[in-house]
Amino acid sequence: MNNQDNLLIISSSPHLHSRNSVTTAMRDVLIALTPALIASLYFFRLAAAKVILTCIFVAVLSEVIAQKIMKKEVTVDDYSAVVTGLLLAFCLPATLPLWMAAVGAGTAIIIGKQLFGGLGNNIFNPALVGRAVLLASWPVAMTTWTTSLDGVTTATPLGMLKGGMVEQLPSLWQLFTGNVGGSLGETCALALIIGALYLLYKGHINWRIPFSYLGTVFVLTALLGAFKGEGLWYPCYHLLAGGLLLGAFFMATDWVTSPLTKKGKFIFGFGCGLLTVLIRLKGGYPEGVCYSILLMNMVTPLLDRYTKARVFGGVSKHA
Amino acid sequence: MNTSTFKGGLHLPGYKEGTQGLSIVPASIPDKVYLPVSQHLGAPCIPLVEIGAEVKKGQKIAAGKGFVTAPIHASVSGQVVAIEKKQHPGGNFVDCLVIVNNRKEEWADTVKPNLHPGDLTAEEIRRIIFEAGIVGLGGATFPAHVKYAPVEGKKVEYIILNGVECEPYITADHRLMLEKAERIVAGLRYILKSTGCQQGIIAIEENKPDAIALLKKVVASDKHIRVQAFQEKYPQGSEKHLIYACTQREVPIGRLPLDVGVIVNNVGTAVAIADAVELGIPLIERVVTLSGDGIKKPANYLVRLGTLFSYLIAKSGGYTGEIEKIIAGGLMMGKAVFTPDIPVIKGSSGIVVLKKVIQKKIREYNCVRCGKCMEVCPLFLEPTTIVKLAKRGLWEEAAQNNALSCIECGSCAYVCPARIPLVQYLRRAKQAISVTRAKVKNVGGEK
Repeated sequence: MNNQDNLLIISSSPHLHSRNSVTTAMRDVLIALTPALIASLYFFRLAAAKVILTCIFVAVLSEVIAQKIMKKEVTVDDYSAVVTGLLLAFCLPATLPLWMAAVGAGTAIIIGKQLFGGLGNNIFNPALVGRAVLLASWPVAMTTWTTSLDGVTTATPLGMLKGGMVEQLPSLWQLFTGNVGGSLGETCALALIIGALYLLYKGHINWRIPFSYLGTVFVLTALLGAFKGEGLWYPCYHLLAGGLLLGAFFMATDWVTSPLTKKGKFIFGFGCGLLTVLIRLKGGYPEGVCYSILLMNMVTPLLDRYTKARVFGGVSKHA
Repeated sequence: MNTSTFKGGLHLPGYKEGTQGLSIVPASIPDKVYLPVSQHLGAPCIPLVEIGAEVKKGQKIAAGKGFVTAPIHASVSGQVVAIEKKQHPGGNFVDCLVIVNNRKEEWADTVKPNLHPGDLTAEEIRRIIFEAGIVGLGGATFPAHVKYAPVEGKKVEYIILNGVECEPYITADHRLMLEKAERIVAGLRYILKSTGCQQGIIAIEENKPDAIALLKKVVASDKHIRVQAFQEKYPQGSEKHLIYACTQREVPIGRLPLDVGVIVNNVGTAVAIADAVELGIPLIERVVTLSGDGIKKPANYLVRLGTLFSYLIAKSGGYTGEIEKIIAGGLMMGKAVFTPDIPVIKGSSGIVVLKKVIQKKIREYNCVRCGKCMEVCPLFLEPTTIVKLAKRGLWEEAAQNNALSCIECGSCAYVCPARIPLVQYLRRAKQAISVTRAKVKNVGGEK
């Protein structure tokens, strides 16, 4: 028998794979975040570089240490820890002491991700877990903002809106380009939209969550704005200001922590939008993206369970 | 023209360039053929001849009991020298009748042309189809006469001939449509007659414009038959999805195509039927695509059943180098076999040989919940949910998530970035569910 020297491989079909992998997907997310990264480095200069590098370094290091301790295969070469580190850095202020950034990154990876069993098993978006812990621990440091180019301490546009400082508000154009106070990666709407389009094109994210999230925020703020006698600028302002675009495109769409079903995705986005508007307009914080996504993460399994699609050849539940 | 399709599915690389331009060539006939007693879905056959018997080409040498079975015929003339167990393309070991070819190519007496095929009744046609051992040649190998048998209260509205051929590398049906268009249409007419059906549809994927044009020409004057083009999408050739694309009807879960008034057949089956009805020739050969990057000279062969893969591979110049896999069937649904010494059977549409590639170790992740498997699943299942349940042995829960609907097309595993062998788990779940249900039934019966 000639198969002694040429052993054949037996495996289950299919014998063809798309070559998609977690690594290629994470690499695409990093590519999509690059415009925002460049904008962040342009507006916040060295301060941005320091915070970003700290977050990424600590995130990767924490993953290595956690996986070593748990005697698991070290999987940092898939870039998922890099993405978490970068996303966390994007929702931190430029002036944050680096050791705090490090605590945030460590928390994100160890508590947010590895304690749940690693990528795929975490119920909360790890980067947002890191941010929530930092905001609760050091509220002052986490809300000290500087204007981007000159580094003067300022309020964020949403902070001004909440504080009633309407005369000082930067223009919509400034919000669009990113020359305003805020977290590192959230200020430049243009850069975020370019990145989001890339992810949509690559099929890594689906339009449903960002669409229902942003749509809900727009409609609600337009209605509530109309009561107060504000024009169309008001909902547009809410769309572009703060971390909404970053959250809607890069965090609410996180594979692991958002629903699988189409209907579930719509409801998830709607819930995020509702909570964001509620926190922004009625809550104690000027910004509500982080908490709204974390809260909706909690109902993801429930949404999946109750929004199952009709199976081919099966009867529609509504028919 | 607007082409129809189904929801879900994906676009695959075709890899058809190597063989789609190559005419079907008769493969040389080996000195020995190995004919498994089970080449169809249903009851296996029992040999009708003794070891040592002389048989002629086309002679019936094995037949099964019951209705859902198909007899086996000698594919060469010669002597039956043994009945031995040999690996079957399906994976297990099956009794094979071994015939040594005497090279006389003598036809059996039973093989004689029908002078007036037009006068045959529906029942006579079905009888001929059964006697000729014809099964679905697309791969499912369901006995053809069973499909055509009238079922009370069910009317056949459409006969669909499946010429989609969506598996990468395989071009057997494509070549058949180009070279035997007339025979395909002739076969379809007999099927229509045998079922009393008025409308025949020949379904072809858009990536074979030459076949579409040719068949359209052949059926131009026939108002009962039309050619329909379909989007190039996998698994367009799946029976249920072809029916949906043609008629917008969904075959209900657990039901048959006939329940929505449709019967689907492969184009190769139609040719075999035309040969049986007009020439009296039983199913003893079929077209097989031998391709893949591991084979020196890919080809579309007309192969006598029972010819070993290894024989065809040798005749095609052998391997290009070290070989990793030999697949009986296509890349998406075919079975990797552990030896090339297995026979071509009625359901063998292709043999794909893949050469060894040095690749990095592929890491299987936990499900990252990307949802891609759900986007591509043509049955709208949640493959990842079923697999998670299967990993924990929760078979009943897997069944509630419609695991049994899975057609194992492989789309989910193809796209999975976590590289989870989803189909393997799904197959395991389906098997376990069937076993559990059978047990429950038995226990219930004993009470």
